[in-house]
Amino acid sequence: MTDLLTIQGLTKAYPGVVANDDVSFAIAPGEIHALLGENGAGKSTLVKMIYGLVKPDAGAMHLHGQPFTPPEPRAARAAGVAMVFQHFSLFEALSVAENVGLGMESPPPMNQLSREIREVSHAYGLPLDPRRLVGDLSAGERQRVEIVRCLLQDPKLLIMDEPTSVLTPQEVEILFATLNKLKSEGTSILYISHKLEEIRALCDGATILRRGKVVGSCDPRQQSAAELAELMVGEALHVPDRAASEPGEVVLQVAGLTSEHVSTFGTRLQNVGFEVHAGEVLGIGGVAGNGQDELLSALSGETRGARETVRLRGDPVGHLGPNARRDRGMLSAPEERLGHAAAPDMSLTENGVLSGWQREKLTSGGFVRWGAARAFAEKIIEGFDVRTPGTHVAARALSGGNLQKFVIGREILQRPDVLVVNQPTWGVDAAAAAAIRQALLDLAAQGAAVIVISQDLDELMEVSDRFAALNAGHLSAPRPARGLTIEQIGLMLGGAHDMDVAHTEDAEQIKDMYQNPKSGEPRP
Amino acid sequence: MIQLEKRPTPSKFWTWTTPVLAVALTMIAGGLMFALLGKNPFLAIKTIFYDPILGEFAFYYRGQLLVKAGPLILIAVGLAMGFKAGIWNIGAEGQYIMGAIVGAGVGLAFYPSDSPLILPAMILAGAIGGLLWAMIPAILKVKFSTNEILVSLLLVYVAEQIQAAMALGLLRNPDATGFPGSRNLAQWDASANLELIAGTGMHLGVVAALIAVIFAYILLSRHLMGFHIQLAGQSPKAARFGGVNPTRLVIFCMAISGALAGLAGLFEVTGPAGQISINFNSGYGFTAIIVAFLGRLHPIGILLAGLLMALTYIGGEAAQATLGIPAAAIQAFQGMLLFFLLGVDVLSNYRIRFLRKGVA
Repeated sequence: MTDLLTIQGLTKAYPGVVANDDVSFAIAPGEIHALLGENGAGKSTLVKMIYGLVKPDAGAMHLHGQPFTPPEPRAARAAGVAMVFQHFSLFEALSVAENVGLGMESPPPMNQLSREIREVSHAYGLPLDPRRLVGDLSAGERQRVEIVRCLLQDPKLLIMDEPTSVLTPQEVEILFATLNKLKSEGTSILYISHKLEEIRALCDGATILRRGKVVGSCDPRQQSAAELAELMVGEALHVPDRAASEPGEVVLQVAGLTSEHVSTFGTRLQNVGFEVHAGEVLGIGGVAGNGQDELLSALSGETRGARETVRLRGDPVGHLGPNARRDRGMLSAPEERLGHAAAPDMSLTENGVLSGWQREKLTSGGFVRWGAARAFAEKIIEGFDVRTPGTHVAARALSGGNLQKFVIGREILQRPDVLVVNQPTWGVDAAAAAAIRQALLDLAAQGAAVIVISQDLDELMEVSDRFAALNAGHLSAPRPARGLTIEQIGLMLGGAHDMDVAHTEDAEQIKDMYQNPKSGEPRP
Repeated sequence: MIQLEKRPTPSKFWTWTTPVLAVALTMIAGGLMFALLGKNPFLAIKTIFYDPILGEFAFYYRGQLLVKAGPLILIAVGLAMGFKAGIWNIGAEGQYIMGAIVGAGVGLAFYPSDSPLILPAMILAGAIGGLLWAMIPAILKVKFSTNEILVSLLLVYVAEQIQAAMALGLLRNPDATGFPGSRNLAQWDASANLELIAGTGMHLGVVAALIAVIFAYILLSRHLMGFHIQLAGQSPKAARFGGVNPTRLVIFCMAISGALAGLAGLFEVTGPAGQISINFNSGYGFTAIIVAFLGRLHPIGILLAGLLMALTYIGGEAAQATLGIPAAAIQAFQGMLLFFLLGVDVLSNYRIRFLRKGVA
C-alpha cells in the first residue's frame, strides 16, 4: 500500500534556530500517526508546512505520490488536508452553521449547510445543533465545530494539534471514538501531542521530534510510557553530577497552593506544596500548560491567595502583592520576556525601574531618579553581557537571549533571597543560556533559594539540587536530582500517582481554608 | 507592492514630524474639498490658519484663541493620563457640565455675598463635581468590570438632562421673570472669572490649563505614578508584574480627568459662558478627546494641539462668515485633521518599503 503523505528531508530555519532539520516520515492511509515531542521540538512548524502556512527551506512532500507544496492553506484544503488548531478560530456571536460556512470556499445555502452539519456531526458521534450560538458552547463543543468544519471538506488527512488540551476526560473518549471511526473509513490523522498515554491508546505509529530532528519512530502501542518519554527527552540526557550542597535553612515554604488559572487555557494548581532551602536550586519540570504560569504567578504575587499558602522564612506572604514580596526579598522572572517581564516599547532604563525601583532605591519621594535608574540598567548590561547600543534602546529591539540576560540580571542584581524563574533560557542561544544558568548557580552559591521552572530537562539536570515535576496542576514530591534515572523522570513527568506529594494534614487544612475563605483561621 | 516593516525602536524623528505632515496633508485635501465647493482653496486655507493670528481683524480673533484653547487643553491633559493607562474616559463632557453646575451652585448659594472666598470655593466645588461624576464609571468599572467607555459616555446625556433641569429649576435666576438659565456669574463680582490681561483672552481657566500641562509633564516624565500609568497602558501584564494596582490606577486617572474637566466647566460658566443655561455645554469635552490624540497624549503636544484646534474653530467660523463655506465642510476639514494624524501615525512605528510586484 502506498503512503498517503511522505515527507522527505524537510528543513525550516528561523533566525537563530533550526525549527525542523531534515525531517522525514510517512503516513499510511487510515493511519493515526502521532507527532510526539516536547514544546519547541518543532511539531508546530512541521504541521504548518504541511498545511501551507509556512514554506519549507528544503525537502519535499508527496501526497498520493504527487509532489505536494501547498503555497497557502486553501491549496492544502483543496488537496484534502484539514487541520484543527489548538486555539479555535470561531466567532462567538455567530451560530454554528454560520461559523462553519465562513470557513468554506463556497458554502452551500444555509438550510442545506445546517442539514449537512447535523448529519455529519451525528454520524461521527459529535452531535451539534447548527442554530446554537458558538458563544454558548463549551470548549469541547467548540472543538466539535472545528472538527465538523473539517469533516465537511471530506479530508484525506486530518491534522489535530493538541486536541485534548481543552477537553474533559469524557470528551476525550468521545473524540477518540470519532477519530477511530474516521480511521476505519480510511482517513489518515496526524495527531500532535505530548500526552504519552493518549498516544499509546490511540495511535498506530509515532514520529518523535527533538530539537527539530526526528530522533525515532516507533509503534506506541508496543512501548511503555517511560520508553516514549525517554525517546522524547533524549538519551543524551546526562545524569546529574552536581554534588548536593549542604542544605541551609528553609527559606520558602509553599503548602496547599490551589489557584485559579491565569489564562483561558491554563491549568489550576492542585494543592501544590514544597520547601526550598537557602543555597539550593529546586528544578520544576513538566510540559508547558501544566500549571507553570500559575505557579510563577502565585509565587511572584500576581495571583494572591490565602496568607499561609506561601511563607518566606516562616512569615506568611501568600496574600501579598508583587511589590510587598519584593520588599521581603522574593523576586521572580516570568517566562514571557516581552510583555510580561519587560514592557516591549519601553527603554532598558525604564524596564530596570519596572521591578527594581524598590530594592534599588530608584525613587525618592515618589519621583523616579532617572540618573540612578540609568546607572542600574548600565550595571545590568555590563554585569550580564547584554549586547545593546545603550540603555535608551527599547526592550523589543533586543534579541531574545540579550533581553533574557537583562531580565534575569535585573532580578539577580537586586540580591534576592528567593528567585523564581520560569523558562529562563527559552529560545535563547546556547552561549547566553549557559551564562544565565551559571548566574543562577552563582546566586544559589551565595545563599539564595532558587526555583527554576523549565521544560528543558537537560537544563534542569544541570542546575537542580532537587527536582519535581508539574503535571496537570499537581506537583510531585521533590527528589534529589542526583541519581534520578531517566525512567524515574519520565514517570514523574507523566504524573505517576505514587509520587504525588503526600497530602499532609497541614496542607489539607490550608487547602480547606483557601477554598472556604470565610472559615477564617486554621483549625487548632 | 507596499510593505510595512516594524521598526525596532519607534522613530523619534517621525513621532514629532507626523503632526506637521498631517496638518500639511489636511491643508491639501481640505483645499481640494474647498475647490470642489467652488471656493478659492488658497483663500480658504489662509482664512482658517493665517487670518485669526496675523490678519487684518486678528485683534478680535486672538482673544478667542485662548478662550477656546483653554478648556480644550485643560480637559485633554486629564484625559491623556487615562488614555495613556488604557482607561477610556469618553464622558469628559458630562464631567464638564457637572463641574459647572456644582461650582455654580456653591457660588449661588452665597449670592449676593461679596466675599473674596467665593470664587476659590467655586473652583474647588467645580473640581469636586467633575471628579465625583467621573467616579461613577470608575467605581462601576472597579467593582463590576463595566466598560468605562459606555458608562462615562451615557452619563454625558444624564448630565445634559440635569443641566436642563437646573437651568429651568433649582438654579434659575429668580430675577429673570421666567427665562431659563442661572444668574450671570460673570457679572457678579464675587464669582466673575475675568480676563486677566485685556485683549488676550487669558482668564483663570487658561492659567489652570498651563499649570495642568506643567504638572502632567512632570508627573508623566518624572514620577513613579506617571511611569506606572504608561506601563499599564503599554503592557498590562508587565504592569501587574511590576506591582501596579489596577484599581488605584483607574480611580486615579478617572479622578484627575474628571476634576480637570469639572474645572474647565467651572471656568467657562464663570467667564466666557456666564451662566448655566439649557445648552451651556458646547462639546469641549468631546473635542478634547481629539486634542489629546492630536497632541500624542503628551502634555506639550496637547498644548500645541489645543491651540491648533482652537485655531481651526475660529478660522472655520471666519471662513463661514467671510467666504460662505458651509459649516459641514468646516467639520469635515477638522475630521480630516484627525484622520490624517492617525493615518500617518503608522510612520513612527513602521517603515514603508516599496517592493516590485511579484516579489513576495
